[in-house]
Amino acid sequence: MDAGLESLYREVILDHYKNPRGHGVIEDADAEAEGQNPLCGDEVSIYVEFGEDGETIDEVKFSGRGCAISQAATSMLMEMTKGRTADEVAALDKEELLAEIGVPLTPVRLKCAMLGLTTLKVALHKAKGTPLPEGLAGFDELDLS
Amino acid sequence: MIEMATSAVTKLDAHVLRRDFPIFEQEIHGKPLAFLDSAASSQKPRQVLDAMTEFYETSYANVHRGVYVLAERATEALEHARERVRTFLNAPDAREVIFTRNATEGINLVAYAWGLSNLGPGDLVVVTELEHHSNFVPWQFIAGKTGAGLRMIPLDEQGELDLSTLDEVTRDGRVKVVATNLISNSLGTINPVAKLAEWAHAQGAIYVCDAAQGAPHTKIDLQALGVDFLAISGHKMCGPSGASALWGRTELLLAMDPFLTGGHMISSVRLEKTTWGELPHKFEAGTAPMAEAVGLGAAIDYLEGVGLDAIEAHEHELAAYALGRLAEVPGIKLYGPPADRRAGIVSFNLEDIHPHDVAQILDLQGVAIRAGHHCCQPLMHKLGVAATNRASFYLYTIPEEIDQLVDGLHAVRKVFA
Repeated sequence: MDAGLESLYREVILDHYKNPRGHGVIEDADAEAEGQNPLCGDEVSIYVEFGEDGETIDEVKFSGRGCAISQAATSMLMEMTKGRTADEVAALDKEELLAEIGVPLTPVRLKCAMLGLTTLKVALHKAKGTPLPEGLAGFDELDLS
Repeated sequence: MIEMATSAVTKLDAHVLRRDFPIFEQEIHGKPLAFLDSAASSQKPRQVLDAMTEFYETSYANVHRGVYVLAERATEALEHARERVRTFLNAPDAREVIFTRNATEGINLVAYAWGLSNLGPGDLVVVTELEHHSNFVPWQFIAGKTGAGLRMIPLDEQGELDLSTLDEVTRDGRVKVVATNLISNSLGTINPVAKLAEWAHAQGAIYVCDAAQGAPHTKIDLQALGVDFLAISGHKMCGPSGASALWGRTELLLAMDPFLTGGHMISSVRLEKTTWGELPHKFEAGTAPMAEAVGLGAAIDYLEGVGLDAIEAHEHELAAYALGRLAEVPGIKLYGPPADRRAGIVSFNLEDIHPHDVAQILDLQGVAIRAGHHCCQPLMHKLGVAATNRASFYLYTIPEEIDQLVDGLHAVRKVFA
């Protein structure tokens, strides 16, 4: 495999794509949202269950279909956010996820990579009744559920 | 590896033509560029680029109103380009040729300027399941505004229009518009436009032809097709972006309101009332894409120099070659009709690997294909997929590029094995 392939489709991304972490559905989830990237048809649904404090993310799962980047990034996100608070994740800097992905992305693929994070943030804001921050405005209108 | 069928038409030599296209002088990721996305937009020969440069360097000024030499030269160049479009399409009159930015604008012009005044409740607009959004969304929008219904001619299993459904599809209304493409941008299907136009006229409907994919690849005689409007896309036929054309019948154009209003399209302007200019100016508000139109004229010169018959034969050969070679790749699913009934466009999926991943890995090997819904979401829905990969060919495409694609697909499979 040449250098370009090795960087973008590196082992860890393919591993998350082929063996996604937190893949599934939570029935009666405390927070959920569905997101899609109309450009390429990527779809992600995210489900969150809070702990007794109503803040800590006890369980987070996703389902969907799409390219390796969108699905692997969402899988990584599940590992990154479980156990953290809703406030913290709703304000999560995208750089944290990008660091985890660890390879430079073109603008088009950046949208794929951010789909899961955006959808998760929408789910949390909806559950908490807080307004969507600028940049996510209108995103929940794409919600297909 | 390279076996091509023989043909009776004078053959073009894509290896030689390719030298006219400066874009191929570079490598991508250290590999030769295999450009297999001409259905999205074609590359430009030096002859077109030179014509535009020469226009800017020797004849540039705003057209029509000026009384000085440069304005006259520019006007002459623009009107010469219009005349080239007329002969290219075998249109009766150059005044029926309207310059637009793109085919989408041409179709919107008809949908707004004809549709808003002529459609209402009980009327039907008939499109097909194969339409590009450019010939679907404008009709859906105008039908919604006027209360008319929108119906879709479905596809059969081979990706061709199922004309046996026409009566069923249109049983609950008066057909007023039939709008289809000549060649599908997604599957390469060649549609029976002359037959559909005859059927449309028997219903008392107008027929609007989206020839964005047709014009680059096959000789168009719009009088033989019997259509009422026809839109072409300059940038898909070796012309620059920004200059395309819509042709319409004089009597229809004269009866229509304008689409865009403003400068240049008027006869007289008073506070109380403005009257419209003559054809085609009535439909050309504002400053035209002048240099781009000159480029479009030069592109038509180039295409006719090569020969549309030769281009069409070349594409059929490439389609047959590609379908054969792609079928060698394990796990591939090919969409659309057999090679002899399609233009040089092949859509496919590889196992369940997302087309964006396929296209990205191909890019790293110098192969440019399109991945996505190709502005054909109704068709993707029919095929039961979110997206496909699409390889498309043109007069400069060589079989070696298809070989490079096939090698690339084997590499994709290895990554996802």
